[in-house]
Order: sequence, then C-alpha cells, then structure tokens
Amino acid sequence: MKVTIDGQTIEVEPGTTILQAARMIGGESVPPTMCYYSKLKGSGGKCRACLVEVSKGSDANPTPMPKLMASCVTGVMDGMEVNSIKSDRVTEARKSVTEFLLINHPLDCPVCDQAGECDLQNLSFKHGKSQTRYIEEKRTFEPEDIGPNIQLHMNRCILCYRCVMVADQLTDNRVHGVMDRGDHSNISTCISKAIDNEFSGNMIDVCPVGALTDKTFRFKSRVWFNKPFNAHRECTTPGCCGKTTVWMFGNEIQRVTGRKDEFHEVEEFICNECRFDHKDTKDWVIEGPRKFEKDSVINQNNYTRKLDTVVIETEKGILKGRDQDRKKISMPAVPLKKEEEQAFKEGNI
Amino acid sequence: MSIETISLSGRKKEVSNKKMTFLESLYLVAIVKGLFITIKHLFTRKVTIKYPEQVRPMSPVYRGQHMLMRDDEGRERCTACGLCALSCPAEAITMKAEERKPDEKHLYREEKYASIYEINMLRCIFCGLCEEACPKQAIYLTTSKKIVKADYDRGEFIYGKDKLVMPLEQALNNTKLKTAN
Repeated sequence: MKVTIDGQTIEVEPGTTILQAARMIGGESVPPTMCYYSKLKGSGGKCRACLVEVSKGSDANPTPMPKLMASCVTGVMDGMEVNSIKSDRVTEARKSVTEFLLINHPLDCPVCDQAGECDLQNLSFKHGKSQTRYIEEKRTFEPEDIGPNIQLHMNRCILCYRCVMVADQLTDNRVHGVMDRGDHSNISTCISKAIDNEFSGNMIDVCPVGALTDKTFRFKSRVWFNKPFNAHRECTTPGCCGKTTVWMFGNEIQRVTGRKDEFHEVEEFICNECRFDHKDTKDWVIEGPRKFEKDSVINQNNYTRKLDTVVIETEKGILKGRDQDRKKISMPAVPLKKEEEQAFKEGNI
Repeated sequence: MSIETISLSGRKKEVSNKKMTFLESLYLVAIVKGLFITIKHLFTRKVTIKYPEQVRPMSPVYRGQHMLMRDDEGRERCTACGLCALSCPAEAITMKAEERKPDEKHLYREEKYASIYEINMLRCIFCGLCEEACPKQAIYLTTSKKIVKADYDRGEFIYGKDKLVMPLEQALNNTKLKTAN
C-alpha cells in the first residue's frame, strides 16, 4: 500500500497505522504520542496528541476525512495522503491538546525526576504555548505509597493507561488499575496493596510523565547530570533480557532503565531485579556509552559525540580554483617535489 | 617630507643631544617644575576611596556574590533542580538534593531541597546565567550587594549554603516591609 505523509511516499504493509508509517519515514512529520506504545497491545487513541489531517482518503475514495484523525489507531489505505506537521489545522489542534493535557498537570518540573526525559515536556516545548489560560484550581490527590520501589505522583498523571497495560500484559496478576471515573479517575492499587510483580518496574519506563518514578533514584540526581551507558548482565529471571541502560554519576550507578529508542519506547522489557537491586558496577558488563539525540538535554555538556566532517556543496573547484589557474605560477626556477605536486593538484596547499 | 619626519601618531619627538647650559645642568628649575606638578595633585579630587570603611554605591545591574533567596515566610526557595548548574558556562555550581521531611515544611518551600549547594567562586565568571535559568527565582547576584572577598586559601572560595543563603532576619524584614506598604 502506498501512503504519502507530508509529501513523502512510502510503501507499507496492509494493516499499518498512519503513525507506524510516519515512524518508518521518520523526521519532523512523526506525530508525538503520549498514550500509544508500540510494545503494548491496545494502547493508543486516548491522548489525541497524534492527530493528523487526512487530505485524501484513498485511491478508491479520494474524499478527505472531515475530522482530524488519531494517527495511532487509523489504518492506512492505498493512496492515502496525510498532512502532519505541514498542516496548520494539525499544529493548532496539537496546541489545544497540549493545553488540555496540561490543565491538571502541576508543572513541578524543577522537582520532578522525569524532567529532561519527559514526553509531556517535549510535547509542550514543541507544540504548546508558553502561557496558561487556566485559572481554576488544579486537581490534586493525597500522596499514596504503592510499594518500596515505585513512587506514584497521581497529580502528574495524564491517564494514558500505559502502566495498566504493562500490568495486564507483562505481569501475571495485576494489582493496580484505574479507580473512580471522569475527573476523579486515578491510578492506584486496591487498598494500597504493594506492587511486587517481577516486571512491574516497567511501568516507570512506559510512563510518559513523572507520575511513576523510580524510588531508588528519587531526588538522587537530575537525568542530565548522569552519563548513560549500555550494559548487560546474566539475568536468571525468565523473560528478562538483561540488556539495560545504566545511568552513572562518576563510578556510581544511580539508576537502571530499559534501553529506549528514538520514540522513547523501551526496546526490551527488564525485570525488577535488574532495575532495582543491582547498583554495583561489578554486576554489569558495560558495553559503551549510549547515543542520544543531538538536542536531548542528556547530551548537554557531552563533547564525546563523533563529529561528522562538514562537506561544503559548491560548484566544482570553487575552493581549488580554476583548472587553468592551477599551475605553479611563481618561482618556476624551483620546481615542485613529487609529493608537493600531488598536494598542489588536490588543492590542499 | 621624508619618512624620518613623518609622525603617524602625531607624538613623535626628535631627541636632541645638545649640550646643557650651566643653569640647566644644576637641574634646579626642573626640580621645582616637577615638585609643582606633585603639589598640584595634592589638592585635586581623589580618585580612590578608603575601601573597607567606605563602599561605593552598587549599580542596580551590578552582579556580585550570589544569594539564595527565601520566600515571604522565610522558607528556602531553591529546589535543587540543577538548571543553574546546567546553564553555568564555567561549571562552578554543584548541588545535592534531599527530600523534605514532614517536620521541615517551614524550612523549605518545595518537596525537594538542596542539602548541599556550592559555588566555586574561583570558577564563577559572574555572567548571571544561573539567575536567568532559575525557575524558582531562588538565586540572585544583585541582592547581596557584596563582592566576593579575596583570601589566602583556595579552599575558602568554595561557598556553601552557610554563606549563600539569605539570612533569616533579612527575609523577615523584607516581608515586614512588604506588608507595611
């Protein structure tokens, strides 16, 4: 099936969603996602951050779709044409969605441990407005303890349901979920039952905001002061790959997370033992520094990145000079040496 | 005009080697002339002040020693978010965060506070980027009205919270002044 997103055409399998096709193309036209997670079945369709404009339905029926579509749950049709970042309607809609998501968000980024790798922060930085129109009181919850490893800040939650899906799909018996309805709905455990499943720690990684954070890392450091390294260990837990990112401060491992790709989704889920119990460098085989996007705050003050050589695309010979000029003009009495002649020909004198 | 006589700066002087007269060789006139210049300076306006006793008024945009502010209730504003350290081009700021305990609510404004906050004044270039980056209006370079003093020991230049945090009395005074107005 052929689909065109922001003028770029790509051939995809039937059953692909617009978002997946956009991610195959990559770049600016990938819609932001707050609730969709490709590794979790049934996620998506809740946050509306990934709205796109379908300007041509398909080759068979070329009428445009009247409303903006959530790209994470809309399948592609043959010959579909989609406008993502190019369309003003889409950017305007994303601005409104961001404003709605931020209505009840406490904006305590200076305190929050997620700051620096927060999807909501990225979304509001890229698509949001820098001021608020909301004057009413924000929704707040009583702080609740859900176990020794995971910290829940219900005030920051945007109800994406990703953590509930992690509990449903990765752990054998789910002990937490969404309580109450509408404006009152909140993530909680039944009668404050502690979460002790072997894979429950993955809800920290999937949480797009700072609602679920690592208690062993709480207030230890800011994410951008840590250096991320790829590491692995022999993990005996069934189902755990043992491949992680360790976040070091000097020689100390302050935090262990899964390896996240460019869309901030973990490549493979890891168990709680890897995540919380092994904070010693001896436990890990360190593979090397982890690469991050150029603009990420985690790359701040990091000068170890390999720099590409700059290629200036100009007309041929603009730096070397014209061919007829490229002969030794001065001092014909002193001829060039062999290697000098070569260098002169290349124009690197 | 030859090259020897051209003076590009206009201050070129020809040095002559002519023989001095007897009166000139006594140097008396020259000494009196020089003394006159010296004595004249005794009566002109002085450009220096007696520094530790006298202090010049600070310009409102002057940037001096940092101050970690307190809010109206005397609680520390800083939450150790690390943005000042991130923005610091000289990498002079380090900090360590701590969680506020329930009985410390009168001391710190937010859930998290800086238990250690250090500025290396030898590294600091007083550019004011930390003040600009601060989301909590906690650090200011203009309110202390202090210059970082000279010292003999390099270790003394690492200023901790004892030197940086605004004194409590000053914070309470400020609140009083604010409520009076």
